[in-house]
Amino acid sequence: MVSVAIRVKVLYFAQAREAAGTGKEEVSLSEGSRVSDLVAASGKAHPGLQAMSRVVRLAVNAEVSGEGRVLEEGDTVAFLPPVAGG
Amino acid sequence: MAPRASRLTRRRIDPARVLDSLSDPGAGALVLFLGTVRDTGEAGAVEGMEYEAYGEMAERALARVEERVRRLWPGVKGVRVVHRVGRLAVGDVSVAVAVSAPHRAEAFEACRDAIETIKEEATIWKRERTPDGRSVWVEGRSLERRRRRRA
Repeated sequence: MVSVAIRVKVLYFAQAREAAGTGKEEVSLSEGSRVSDLVAASGKAHPGLQAMSRVVRLAVNAEVSGEGRVLEEGDTVAFLPPVAGG
Repeated sequence: MAPRASRLTRRRIDPARVLDSLSDPGAGALVLFLGTVRDTGEAGAVEGMEYEAYGEMAERALARVEERVRRLWPGVKGVRVVHRVGRLAVGDVSVAVAVSAPHRAEAFEACRDAIETIKEEATIWKRERTPDGRSVWVEGRSLERRRRRRA
């Protein structure tokens, strides 16, 4: 079977940006990958992210998403630490 | 729908302009909440605050806050929320919420609900700048996976 790759854009905010050392990057994943696969890949690339995985929420295309969602080519995934507006 | 001013801004928030947008002959009450940068914080003395946002998502959240107010308090005449991002100094206004309604009770309630919802749902973060040059993230609240507050 041929494995097809998709590319997603990843955004890191606030403490997640500092842990990742970047605010955004592109990541290649195999087709059918879920948000949880991206979280694992990001955590592997940027180990500092792992410590905050319990409190960080994920968004896909600017809407909060569960980690089971299947990603598609061109999706934007954001790492959102606990928010502190106001 | 007519295009309207962005709810997220890098510019100084002018409370008078926020109020102007809400004048309504049917309003007997106009409540304005301003959040301002305080000189003390989690790490002690604070010189200023830096706000950052996931803009696209925060704009949507702020728009939803206004929709929520209109839904929960149908009598409300006008509601406007504005949140600032960037570098702020002590005393600067970081957020403004204004609500006009026929009577004060619903104006106060709706305004309170709006600012609490902003704090829970807007993808905005801030860190304090201390006089000795450190930057300290203000502890936030995890976004809810599903909305549990009455919607």
